[in-house]
Amino acid sequence: MSDRIEVLKTNKLFIDGAFVRSESGRSYRINKANSKTFFANMAAASRKDVRDAALAAKNGLIKWQSATAFNKSQILYRIAEIMEGRREQFVEEIIALEGVSRRSADQQVSQAIDLWIWYAGWTDKISAVAGGENPINGPFYNFTSPEPIGVVGAFAPDAPSLLGLVETLAPIITSGNSALLIASQRYPLSAVTMSEVFATSDVPAGVINILTGNQKELAPWLASHMEISGLDITALDKKTKIEIRKVATSNLKRIGNFDLAISPERILAFMDYKTIWHPRGN
Amino acid sequence: MNQESNDFQYSPALEPTSIVSIAERYGHFINGKFTPSRGGKTFATVNPATEEILTKVASGSKADVDLAVKAASNTYKKVWSKLPAKERGKYLYRIARLMQERAREFAVLESLDNGKPIRETRDVDIPLAISHFFYHAGWADKLDYAGLGIAPKAHGVAGQIIPWNFPLLMLAWKIAPALAAGNTVVLKPAETTPLSALLFAKICQEADLPPGVVNIVTGDGKTGAEIIAHRGIDKVAFTGSTEVGKAIALSLAESGKPLSLELGGKGANIVFDDAPLDQAVEGIINGIFFNQGHVCCAGSRLLIQENIYDEFLEKLKSRMKKIRVGNPLDKNTDLGAINSKAQLQKIESLARAGAKEGAISWQPESSLPKKGFWYPPTLFTDVTMAHRIAREEIFGPILSILTFRTAQEAVEKANNTPFGLSAGIWSEKGSRILWVAKELKAGVIWSNTFNKFDPASPFGGYKESGWGREGGRHGLASYLRNSGNSSKSSSGKSVR
Repeated sequence: MSDRIEVLKTNKLFIDGAFVRSESGRSYRINKANSKTFFANMAAASRKDVRDAALAAKNGLIKWQSATAFNKSQILYRIAEIMEGRREQFVEEIIALEGVSRRSADQQVSQAIDLWIWYAGWTDKISAVAGGENPINGPFYNFTSPEPIGVVGAFAPDAPSLLGLVETLAPIITSGNSALLIASQRYPLSAVTMSEVFATSDVPAGVINILTGNQKELAPWLASHMEISGLDITALDKKTKIEIRKVATSNLKRIGNFDLAISPERILAFMDYKTIWHPRGN
Repeated sequence: MNQESNDFQYSPALEPTSIVSIAERYGHFINGKFTPSRGGKTFATVNPATEEILTKVASGSKADVDLAVKAASNTYKKVWSKLPAKERGKYLYRIARLMQERAREFAVLESLDNGKPIRETRDVDIPLAISHFFYHAGWADKLDYAGLGIAPKAHGVAGQIIPWNFPLLMLAWKIAPALAAGNTVVLKPAETTPLSALLFAKICQEADLPPGVVNIVTGDGKTGAEIIAHRGIDKVAFTGSTEVGKAIALSLAESGKPLSLELGGKGANIVFDDAPLDQAVEGIINGIFFNQGHVCCAGSRLLIQENIYDEFLEKLKSRMKKIRVGNPLDKNTDLGAINSKAQLQKIESLARAGAKEGAISWQPESSLPKKGFWYPPTLFTDVTMAHRIAREEIFGPILSILTFRTAQEAVEKANNTPFGLSAGIWSEKGSRILWVAKELKAGVIWSNTFNKFDPASPFGGYKESGWGREGGRHGLASYLRNSGNSSKSSSGKSVR
């Protein structure tokens, strides 16, 4: 260690491809694992930040849905590539906040990177697996394909902080949805570093938006937002889940509450099936 | 066509009703037997074309619902879940065959109770309902191959609430997949149209279906609420209005019970200037006047490309003049009775709102029967997106007409609604159809056709038009759950 004074990073929100402070000016403190030692200040997002992020996500949707499945696949793979280069940073942050062993942190980062690759492979396969031609009793061509529903809100679980975030976020954007993710309140650093990866992975601005802050405080604003079409509530506690389910009926949001951490079900939960008919004739 | 041929009149061709025998009163169908209501309460069901009382049916109380759920639950545990899947499928095939044998009886009864034309019950509702049982019968022993998870399982008892617009068809959409997936059911038909469901109950008896697999409780919204709230119900399926659908979703938020919803719509039928116009006119007519417009996926908003507006409107009006409104049992009738007084009042009130907000209504000359509930085929021009008749589901024979210039504008207008059930595209240009179909936010897109249904074709909505699909492989998913042995996250902790 040299005598040099380290330059500390200001941790910000990630909205519309840009790093911003909360409009509220609020922040909260996080400590090193199992201690009361100050580690960093985090931006504490507000209702207005949720609205800004939802708007950004709605705009991001246009670019993301018009991207081909192949192109989405390339970008998801690119995320994994960029993560690999930042492996050490992820590992150090996981150790510092979660208090796990280096081996365990390293394993978590590897799994998270590999999971992006798994989902990268799904982008151009999910509609073939979940859709297809329906044999109609009559002279019609009829086929069903899953389509992304729009803006999806999600809450990242606390731990494993990086892997849990990827398990939540990756399936949402794989199909062409844009995402508004509320990071783990306790272990938010993986989310901030992931944001920096997204910003340099050719993910179009607005496709992924990440807010840090109080999940319980922000959850109802996501649930009542009319531009948000779906919510992954898996990471929330039981009481908040019920509250969110109630508020989310205002526009009949699709709710994901998953048993399986990794499954194509997580992709399909935020897709709707479209069936197209056309007569056959000559 | 000359003036004389326009005056040509059909002689009435009445379908005889002797094939139908309606009892003086009906109980619920619980555990294989017709059972009077515990409270003894009944209500009348009327023929909406004549306002005559057809019969009285039991009004489902909390005790009735409890009895039905217990029967369904008991049979699920002791009989139905233990039956080999192949045998379950054979029961469904047997039901389909028995329905086929009594198809005409179903058609007449449905027409009497609902008010829809016999031509439609005979050619659409009943054959489609039967084909749903045939289709799903074949799924019963193939669930492991349906791509819906490894060894998917039934939920248990499904509580199902259906509407009055396609009584037997909606019953088939609910009961066939539920049974194929291995569930037992408690179904409530709509208050105004319980009779075909009760005839279906007799089919279940004739088919020797184990008592308790299918239970039918008649009643109104309160009876439905009792079914939904019952602790023994493992899955809820509802078809009806978005308003009620949201209320049900709210009431199940606490339990998190699986729920599928098939709700309202405000379908746009988009006609481009290169469309085959005569064919499009037929499609628009069918899209809105089929079943008196009592169709959730009706093409109730017509979007015409501006440069063909005048020509198309003339063709449409001329075709509307040929629509025959009247006795549903007349085989020549196109437009039957409105299902109930309440529905008629709703249609009238929205039509008044349309006129008040500045839209211009047009109706062909027609003489409506004195008795019964009737509304003539109607179109509104000068409609804007802000008008209530362009935003709210009317569920009646009223078409709202708007125009557009570009495909982009058509898509924007079509999608500018909280609903997302159906849409139609009329054009001869393949690339345009595929582009518009991709952009439309709707679960069912009919291109150069409209209001087509098939058991193999998934049906259901985007946005506030519902949750889940009915029909096809996708519809099956609503009645199955993951066997879920591996509910662990990669961290080893349960993530639920």
